Amino acid sequence: MKDLVGIKELSRNEIELILNTASSFKDVLRRDIKKVPALRGKTVVNLFFEPSTRTRTSFELAEKRLSTDVLNFSVPTSSVVKGESLFDTIKTIEAYGVDFIVIRHSSSGAPHFIARNVIASVINAGDGINEHPTQALLDAFSIIEKKGSLEGLNIAIVGDILHSRVAKSNIYLLSKFGANIRLIGPPTLIPDMADHNVEVFYEMDEGLKDADVIMMLRIQMERQGKGFFPSTMEYFKNWGLDMRRLKLAKKDAIVMHPGPMNRGIEISSDVADSGQSIILEQVTNGLAVRMAVMYLLSGRGENV
Amino acid sequence: MVMAKELLNKKDMERIISRIAHEIIEKNKGTENLCVVGIQRGGVHLAKRLANRIKDIENVDIAVGSLDISLYRDDIGIRKEQPVVRKTEIPCDITDKKIVLVDDVLFTGRSIRAAMDALMDFGRPAQIQLAVLIDRGHKELPIRADYVGKNIPTSMSESIEVQLEEEGLEDRVLLQT
Amino acid sequence: MYSNMLIKNGHIIDPSQGIDGIGDILIEDGKIVRIEQKSGSLEAKKKKNNDFRTSELPNFQIIDASGLYVIPGLVDMHVHLREPGFEYKETIKTGTMAAVKGGITSVCCMPNTNPVNDNKTVTEFILRKTYAEGSCYVYPIGAITKGQKGEELAEMAMMHEAGCVAFSDDGRPVMSSLIMRRALEYSKALNVPVISHCEDISLSEGGVMNEGRLSAQMGLRGIPYASEDAMVARDIILSELTGGRLHIAHVSTEGSVRLIRQAKERGVRVTAETCPHYFTITEDEVKGYNTNAKVNPPLRTQRDVDAIKKGLKDGTIDVIATDHAPHHRDEKLQEFDKAPSGISGFETALSLSLRLVYEGILTMSQLVEKMALISARILGIDAGTLKVGFDADIAIVDINKEFKVKSENFLSKGKNTPFEGWVLKGMPVITICKGKVYDWRQNE
Repeated sequence: MKDLVGIKELSRNEIELILNTASSFKDVLRRDIKKVPALRGKTVVNLFFEPSTRTRTSFELAEKRLSTDVLNFSVPTSSVVKGESLFDTIKTIEAYGVDFIVIRHSSSGAPHFIARNVIASVINAGDGINEHPTQALLDAFSIIEKKGSLEGLNIAIVGDILHSRVAKSNIYLLSKFGANIRLIGPPTLIPDMADHNVEVFYEMDEGLKDADVIMMLRIQMERQGKGFFPSTMEYFKNWGLDMRRLKLAKKDAIVMHPGPMNRGIEISSDVADSGQSIILEQVTNGLAVRMAVMYLLSGRGENV
Repeated sequence: MVMAKELLNKKDMERIISRIAHEIIEKNKGTENLCVVGIQRGGVHLAKRLANRIKDIENVDIAVGSLDISLYRDDIGIRKEQPVVRKTEIPCDITDKKIVLVDDVLFTGRSIRAAMDALMDFGRPAQIQLAVLIDRGHKELPIRADYVGKNIPTSMSESIEVQLEEEGLEDRVLLQT
Repeated sequence: MYSNMLIKNGHIIDPSQGIDGIGDILIEDGKIVRIEQKSGSLEAKKKKNNDFRTSELPNFQIIDASGLYVIPGLVDMHVHLREPGFEYKETIKTGTMAAVKGGITSVCCMPNTNPVNDNKTVTEFILRKTYAEGSCYVYPIGAITKGQKGEELAEMAMMHEAGCVAFSDDGRPVMSSLIMRRALEYSKALNVPVISHCEDISLSEGGVMNEGRLSAQMGLRGIPYASEDAMVARDIILSELTGGRLHIAHVSTEGSVRLIRQAKERGVRVTAETCPHYFTITEDEVKGYNTNAKVNPPLRTQRDVDAIKKGLKDGTIDVIATDHAPHHRDEKLQEFDKAPSGISGFETALSLSLRLVYEGILTMSQLVEKMALISARILGIDAGTLKVGFDADIAIVDINKEFKVKSENFLSKGKNTPFEGWVLKGMPVITICKGKVYDWRQNE
C-alpha cells in the first residue's frame, strides 16, 4: 500500500490492520514519553488547500510523535495564489525529497491525481465532497472501543450527507463491516448511496429508533439559501439532535461528531456535553489512527 | 532445498531455561527489583518460562512484561513485509529496576539496541541484562548476552528457527541451511 | 501533386447515388468525372467493357483500392478549431490536418473562439486562414447571440453572407426561451439550422460528470440527464411554434432520443447528432478521476448508450459528428473539476463509428450517410457525395486494419482522448481533399 486516498480503495483486511496498529499507538499515547523514533529521518509535508485547524493539528501532532520532520504548506502563504498549478506545486514539493504528502483539497480526486504523479506516499486529509478516510478510521476505532465490533450495529448518520466527505468515508467503511447504516436528513442532502447497503430516513425520530451509534454531521451554513433547506431553525427542528430524540435510540447509544459543532443547529448543547457523547475521545483516537496510517504506509508492505 | 537440523529438543530447552533461571538468581543475588521483559514475539514466551522457573526455585512472583520493538527498529522502509506492531506491556515502573531482556535468538544485535531504546522510553532502569536462548554470532553492534542458552556459530545464509509450544508447535530449535 | 487520378477496384459506397459495389472513379482537375461500376448494380452489369485502360491515362495517378472502401470524404458538422484565440490548443492548420487524417474533408467550426465568431469579421478571418493554411474545407458556424451571452441576437444574416452555414451558442446554451424563439424565427429567413447545445445550466451548475450513483461515490457534482432532456423538450416546442430549423447537438441521453423521435413523428423540423464517445463509452471511464473522459454533455450510462444506438439505427439521430475539442496537456493535467471538458475526436471518429457496422447497427452505406451525406444536406453544402461534377473529396478506408490508439501520434495538438491504448479496427488509409492525396500508410 503506497497511499491512503480513500476507504473505497481499502480492503477489509487493510482496515483491520490499520485499526489494530492504531490500538498499539493508543498505548504509546498513554505513556509519559509519547514520542517514538519510528519514522525518524522521514519528511512529511502537510499540504492544506482548505482551511483546517483540527485535522491539520491532529496530523501534525501525529507526525511529530512519529519523529518525522514536518513541513506545513498552506494556501494563503503559498504560490498557489500566484496561479501555480497543483501539478507544479507537488512536483516542487517532491523535489525537496519528502516521504509523505498529507493533502486536503477542495477538489474531489485531488489526492488521487497527486498519488499518480509522485513517488511519496499520499494521505488524503479530505478531498472535496469525496472522502476523509482517516476520520472514518478514527470513528470506526472509537465505535469498536465502545461496542466491541461494528457488525450488526445500527448506526445513524444524520445531516448533510451529500456534501460530507466524513459521511461518505464512514458509509464505505461501515458497509464493509456489516453495520446497518441509516442515513437521516432532508431529501435534498441525501445522495444515491444504494450500492452501499444503506436505509434512508427523512423522519429523524423513526431513523433513531434502536440506534447504537448516532453520528451527527456539521451543517454548513452556506447551504441554506441555496435551496437545500430553508433555514437553520427549520433544520434543527427536523434534523437536530436534542435530548428527547436521543432517548429514542438505545439506552447505551453513543453520540459522535467530527467537529467543529454548531451547537443549537445540528446538536443541542446538553447532548454534546452528555455522558453519551464521545466527541472528545474521537479527537484522541484521531492521533493514534493517523500515526498508524503513516507508520504502515512507510513500511509499504507487499503482503497485505 | 532447505535442510533442517535439530539443534535443541524439548528436554534441552527445559534444561537451559532452568540453568538460566539459576544464573539470573545467582547474579542478582536473589530476585529483588527484578523484572523480566520478553521481546516480541519469541522472547515473550521464554520470559514467562523463565519467570515461572524462578518462581519454582525461589517461590516469589516476579514481574513479566512484553516489548514490541517495531517502532524503534532502524530498517523501516528497507523491509519488504508490512510491519505489524504487537503488544507492549510493561507491568511496573521500571525506574531503578533490574531488567532482564529476553530474546530467542541473538544475531546482529540490532533488535536488542531497539529494545533498549524502547525500554528507556518507559523509565530509567538501574540495569539491563540480556538473556538469549541461542547466540548465533554475526553481531553488528557491541552487544553481548549475560545469559546464553547455547552458542551456535552459523553462516549468514543459514537461519535459526525457534519453535515453541505456546505457538502451537513442538518445543525445538532448528538450523536451516 | 496530382489532380488527375484513377481510383481502381475499390468498393465504392455513395448513398447519394445508391452505389454500393466495386468500381473505378476517374478524377480530372480535382473533380469527379466518371464512375464505373463493375458489379453490384444492374446498370453495371449491362455494360460490358467498363474497365478503364490505364494505358489511355498517361498523366493520371493510379490508386489501387482493391480490398478497400471508397467513400465520400466525411462532413463533420461539430468541431472546435480554437482559432482565433486559443492557438495553443489547436489551429486551423493543425486541426484541418488532423481532420483529413480522420477521413474528414469538411468541418464546421463552432464559434467559441476569442473573439467569438459573432460577426462577419471573425467569419472572414477563419475563411481567409483556411484558404491559406487549411487542409480541408471549413464552414464556420456563427454565434446565435453577441458574445454567446444569450442576450441579443448576433448579425446572423451578415455572417451567413460571409460564409456561416449554421448558428449556435455551443457550450453556452441560450437559457432565455424568448431569445431562442427569436433565433429560430429569424433564421427562417436564411434557411439555416440553429444548432442547440441542450443544457439547462441551472440544473447542471457545478456538475462535472453524469449525475448518479457513480458521481455520488466519486464525490463529484453531477449533471442530471434532466438538464439535457428539459432543454431538448423546450427547443423542440419552440421549433414547433416557430417553424424554425432546429438541430440538436451531441445527444447523450435516452430521454433526448425519445423526445426527438416523438418530435419527428409529429413532423417537427428537427435533426440531431451524436458523437462516437456517446455510443462507445460510459461514465465508468471517469473512474480514477480521468480528465480525458471529462466532456460536456458528460458520458452517461449503458442505458443511454443503448438508446443512442437504437436512435442511430431507426434514424432518430441523423448525424455522427465528432465534437472535436482539443485541449492542451497542462489543462487536462489538473484536478478533475478544474480540467476543461472535451475530447480530441478527429483521429478516432471513423474507427469508433465503424464498430456500429461490425455490430450490425448500421450498414456501411448508412454510416456514410450519417457521417457525410446527411450533415452536408442539413448544412446545405456541396459535399458528402461522389456525384460527377463534385470535388473529389474522398476517403479510402481499410476496414480490416487494426491499430492501437496513440495520442502522441495525433496530428491534432489535442492529445486528450479517453481511447488511449484502445485497439480499433478500420481506418482511413488514403484521404483525397482539395486535389491532394494523403497516403497515411507511408508514415508507418
